[in-house]
Amino acid sequence: MTATPGLYSDVIRQRWRQPRFRGEVAGATATAEDVNPLCGDRVRMTLRVRDGAVEAVRFTGDSCAICSASADVTAELSEGQPAATAARLTTEDVLTVLQADVRPTRMRCVALPISVLQKALQP
Amino acid sequence: MRLDDQTRGDFPILDRIVNGQRLVYLDSAASSQRPRAVIEAMAQYYATSHANVHRSIHTLGEEATALYELARDRVQRFIGAASREEVVLTRGTTDGLNLVADALGRTLRAGDEILITDLEHHSNIIPWQMAARDRGVTVRSVPVGRDGRLDLDAFDRLLGARTRVVAFAHVSNVLGTILPVARLSARARQVGAVVVVDGAQAAPHLPLDIPALGCDFYVFSGHKMLGPTGIGVLWGRREALEALEPTRGGGEMIKEVWIDHARWNDLPWRFEPGTPPIAEAVGLTAAIEYLEKLGMERVTEHERALARQAVEQLGAIPGVTVYGPPAAVDRGAVVAFSVEGLHPHDVAALLDQEGIAVRAGHHCAQPLMRSYGITGTARASFSVYSSPEEVSLLSHAVGSLRSRL
Repeated sequence: MTATPGLYSDVIRQRWRQPRFRGEVAGATATAEDVNPLCGDRVRMTLRVRDGAVEAVRFTGDSCAICSASADVTAELSEGQPAATAARLTTEDVLTVLQADVRPTRMRCVALPISVLQKALQP
Repeated sequence: MRLDDQTRGDFPILDRIVNGQRLVYLDSAASSQRPRAVIEAMAQYYATSHANVHRSIHTLGEEATALYELARDRVQRFIGAASREEVVLTRGTTDGLNLVADALGRTLRAGDEILITDLEHHSNIIPWQMAARDRGVTVRSVPVGRDGRLDLDAFDRLLGARTRVVAFAHVSNVLGTILPVARLSARARQVGAVVVVDGAQAAPHLPLDIPALGCDFYVFSGHKMLGPTGIGVLWGRREALEALEPTRGGGEMIKEVWIDHARWNDLPWRFEPGTPPIAEAVGLTAAIEYLEKLGMERVTEHERALARQAVEQLGAIPGVTVYGPPAAVDRGAVVAFSVEGLHPHDVAALLDQEGIAVRAGHHCAQPLMRSYGITGTARASFSVYSSPEEVSLLSHAVGSLRSRL
């Protein structure tokens, strides 16, 4: 069997196998959840925001490797940031970390956790 | 000669190289590929005979009309319909189901019930929800067992004097289960319900004698049976069609029009407003003639063997779950499966890197997924050109998936 190029980068595999931000935030101040209508994947994010800063972010959900990895990176990139900065996170930011050649059909897998985060950060 | 050996050369797309591998197309239940005969018939039509149909009093218009109406005759023969008037050409299965649901919905009253099943495609759920909405009508559903079979006792229990419509698939697009249409229809008609059958996954694969099924309406698509997208068939028993009030207006569906009223055209044109999919009808004719030449019994036998092989080979792989009836039970040309620890979309993406095209996700059957406690599955499906070697390639690739992610 040939090695898997492109789509499933080492970062995606690593993040999917051993996510660092999976779970629930204790004492969460904000929660959001959404589904990907294409596949029915579900991502839920819990956040603790204090004094305008994102103190902690965790995710749970039933999703593919790309979506899981994206959720993990989204949580990492937003934790410790001012809420306004975290709310401006883009798919490009996450893709840069994932180092993967994600095709248009799977872009929603990357985008779902980001939109869930943004929903949670809405005032 | 094996059916795939006979047909393969007729499907130019099967020569495609995908991700460095020869394409293994196992997604025919979503949409089949087309033989050259279909592609060429449509190109020929556009190159030589295209005009609008029915009212064009000139040579091309007459040719186009004859070609369009020929599709109706071919469909009539293919499904064993009593007359051509019972064959309405639509845009596809979804379009046909919406047409029937919309028209029947207008006859429903508060307290009436529509009975569907848990294994329906969304296109046989949502139109009924829409028909029920705002009318005090309830949609009820028959559960499906772990073996993929409909709970017939529950069906009998749920069927009652309030049931006005019973709608179900002939073949499940996920489980491959073949539903006992004649039995369900007979029971439904005992309580006076109208029976609507979604034949999208049956028409491409089984010999059809629709009147013998005992239903009132039967719906299917062209693009799943080697024909073009954008065309489908609604068959209705003559009395059932005559009882149906058209819900879509436009040219061609009328006899006479005044500013404040109109008189409908005869069957079947009363349900075909506007310019129909003419080239697509030409393509459908070519697809039906192609299938008839192969013989539908042979098609069924070929695809059934592939499904059985897939159920057996995939089912033997550790960590792989195969859904639907066991291998020994006849099923349609689909096999849904999941790989432990892998999301169905990752399964499909990894297989695609081997040039193998399968479907993954909820297959537009979320209630069924929910009743099985899963979000989705991968699904391999077959057509006349699918081969046992391709099924083996799939099984081999699936067997090594878990080491790849």
